[in-house]
Order: sequence, then C-alpha cells, then structure tokens
Amino acid sequence: MSHRLSGNEAIAYAMKQIDPDVMGAFPITPSTEIPEYFAQYVANGEVNTEYVAVESEHSSMSVCIAAQAAGARAVCATSSCGLALMYELLYVAASCRLPISLVCVNRALSGPININHDYSDSMGGRDSGWIQIYAENNQEAYDNFIMAMPIGEHPNVRLPVMTCMDGFITSHAVENIELLETDVVRRFIGEYNPEHYLLKRENPLAVGPYDLSPYYMEHKVMQAEAMKAAKVRILEVAAKFEKISGRCYGLFEEYRMEDAELALVLMGSTAGTAKAAVDKLREDGVKAGLVKTRVFRPFPGQELARALAGTRAVAVMDKSEGFSANGGPLFAETRSALYDLKERPYLIDIVYGLGGRDVKVEDIEKVFGRLADIAVTGEIGPLYTHMGQRSKGGDR
Amino acid sequence: MIYAKDINENTPWQDLTPGGEIYEPGTARLFNTGSWRTNTPVFHEEACKHCMLCVPFCPDSAIPVKDGKRLDFDYMYCKGCGICKEVCPFPAITMVTGGVVK
Repeated sequence: MSHRLSGNEAIAYAMKQIDPDVMGAFPITPSTEIPEYFAQYVANGEVNTEYVAVESEHSSMSVCIAAQAAGARAVCATSSCGLALMYELLYVAASCRLPISLVCVNRALSGPININHDYSDSMGGRDSGWIQIYAENNQEAYDNFIMAMPIGEHPNVRLPVMTCMDGFITSHAVENIELLETDVVRRFIGEYNPEHYLLKRENPLAVGPYDLSPYYMEHKVMQAEAMKAAKVRILEVAAKFEKISGRCYGLFEEYRMEDAELALVLMGSTAGTAKAAVDKLREDGVKAGLVKTRVFRPFPGQELARALAGTRAVAVMDKSEGFSANGGPLFAETRSALYDLKERPYLIDIVYGLGGRDVKVEDIEKVFGRLADIAVTGEIGPLYTHMGQRSKGGDR
Repeated sequence: MIYAKDINENTPWQDLTPGGEIYEPGTARLFNTGSWRTNTPVFHEEACKHCMLCVPFCPDSAIPVKDGKRLDFDYMYCKGCGICKEVCPFPAITMVTGGVVK
C-alpha cells in the first residue's frame, strides 16, 4: 500500500498493526505525536492495547518494564529529555532482559533549551544495554519498528530495542511510504511467548532481584553475550523482512562503496543529503562513497572495518557532541573498529548539525574536498572539528 | 529449569538465569542474613511460658515454632535487633554483645 505519512504517523500506524498489549505513554512535551496518534486508535477501539497514561517518562518506562515482565508486549515512544528522564529505567529494562520496544525521536538535550534534531538523547543511552537501530527516512522508521520485536524477543537475545528517527526531519515531514498489510505484519511479528513471566501461575517468578558482587559480573557477561547474539538475529530478521517487503537491510548501508577512495560514515537523514553529494561527485569522477550506520548497538565493528578497508580517507560525521574532547561517539566506535586493519585509511571526525543546525549538499561536498586533500597530502590537519557554526576564520 | 538451590558463588555464568530471574517462590530461606548480627539474643527455655508474643514481633523468621512451643533461635535469620527481648514479659530472652554467644 502506498501512502503519504509523517514519521510519527507511520510509527503510530505500525503500532496499530502490531496491536501491542500495553503502551506506557507520557503524551505531552517532550514526547512525540506517536502516543497522541496511538491514543486515537485506542479511543476508537481499533486496538486492544492497555494505554497507561503516566506522570513522567520515568514512569512510562516503569510501566513497560512491569508489563513486559508480566508477559505482555509493551511499547513506548519518547524524545530528548524524556529519554534522559528514562535513563535509569533503560538500564533496568535491559538488565532484566525485557524486550520492550521504544521509539526514540532524536532531539537535542537541554541546555540551552532546544527541541530540534541531533542524537544527544539516544547517545546518552548508548551504554544502557538497548539495541539501537537508526532510520534515514519514514520508510526505514516504519520498517525498523516492525523488525524490533522479532529481534528483541528471540530467546538468544532478550534485549529491549530502541528504534530511532530524526526529530522533525523524519518525525514530522510527510513522505511517500509503502505500508505492509496488517495481516502480513501480524504474521511477521507472531505471538509473544516468553518462557517465564510473572502471570504464569505454574511457575512463580521473581524479576530484578538484588545482585551483589558474587553474581553481578556473571549477569553482565550474559547481557554482553546477548548483545553479540543480537547482531546475528538482526540480520536473520532483516532477511525475513525482505521476503515480505522487498526492502533489504543490513547492519549498515554501503552507498557507492565498491571502489570508493573517499568515504563518509554517518547516520540518519543526513544520509539522504550525503547520497546527493556522492552522486554529484561521482559525476565529476571523484570516487566518493558513504556508509550509513543503521545498527549502532550492537556496533558492527568488524563489518565496518571491512567496508572501509579499501578507502584512503574517511570522515566520520557525528551529530552529537559527546564532550570527550577527542571526537564524537560514532567517531570513537569507527576509529576503534579500524584499528585492526593492516592498512588504515586517514580518519577525521566532524561534529555537525547540533540542535537542528542545517546541513546541505554543499556542506557534504566540502567534507569530501577536505578528504581529497588529506588523501593527496597525507596530512589530516585537526583530527576533530565542528562544522556549520559561525566562526572567525571559517569552520576550523 | 534452573533452581535457586543449585546456584551458588561457584556457578559459572552459563548456568545462571538471564537477569538473575528466580523461578520459584520462598528462596529467601536459602539466604543467610544472620551474619549481619552484632548483638545476639539468648533463649532461656526454663523461663519461657510459650505465650508466643515474641514470634509475630520478630521481623524475620528467627523464632521457629513447633507443636505450640517456640524453639531456640534460628540464628541463620536473626539480625540481633532485640525486639523479642523487649516484648518478652518474662526473663526468657537476654541480649549479649557480639554476633555469637560465647
């Protein structure tokens, strides 16, 4: 079915198709329109979901944790400082191994107060033990959410899944989108049948017990192994999803990377802009390429290293600061992944787009221009710079 | 199924439950909390009238009862709070300093 929907509408529609048991919903600012649209489906009796309106995101995630532990499928949606208020519970959900599905509409964190797009919110939760999958556009946001439950609920994984889309750029812009038929979605998702759950009478269960030093380490190793297993499961689910949708997803997308000498690594909607720049440069004979990060947790380090192995110069573009004074979070992961290559490309980090600062095709072309210089001279210049801010004497 | 009684501080991570889930009720029985004790109650059976006042006042499970009579303390759960001594109307319970009766 071909439709025109905003990213938020597409997610709410996917939730309607899935008909989850419980939604922990905090439906006002700083949340998204997703709980608002979904509330209409609930009010119209179009879903059987228990819609629990709460007083904060700390509580909406608590509702999801309790519901999922009870044996229900729980969903949630939030954004920005709403996600930040959830951080404590993100760790609880992941360590209790509860495969909750959360949609994060990526927006900047205060302060200064800002409501526009960057990844500072979900990057703050990147070490919480959640799987994180990022979307370039509305179609990917819809598709990723439909794949979330089959990934997270698998017994080898049992981890919560955060599917992310760019605030306003993706969440509010209306785009053409292909929706699956509801019965196809239902069959794809299947029934949620956890082996243990609180409402199982014949098998009483305690969830989240006190875990002192003789046991905590072992449970964290189990969690780490589950995150490794998730990489395999993500690809299995993507292969099955391709069969019902015709749309192909990997751990990341390689765009014109076959013979690329100069490449970008970035995520989200900027990929659309960067693809236009790559196409333009290719017409001029520049061997430009792009790797669009899709799965950030688990991070596909070895696969990314293989994808970048033949390049000469790479720029990682981080749309969140991180304040490590050594580059953004995507840079740290990428640089670490490349360490094991025998011949590594030159690598720089560019932090851009914070708080919704626009990035244009020309900006991306400038980055490629810098990479071309680096490839020729072997001089990378400053390792980590910002782009798009007003500066005396230009970006650097 | 993995039972709590089969899990101890030598169990490898592969044999633990995801998230530390516990698949049966009443497993607090297996947990020795008496080691926290810094004062210890002493039961004087000859002075006890088995009025049972101490039993419901014990915040843990440290006073076992059998056939209508209270037995000596179960020190595995006794944290030495002394509430039993305070509520005992008879000289049947005294407190000594330290975690063990010397």
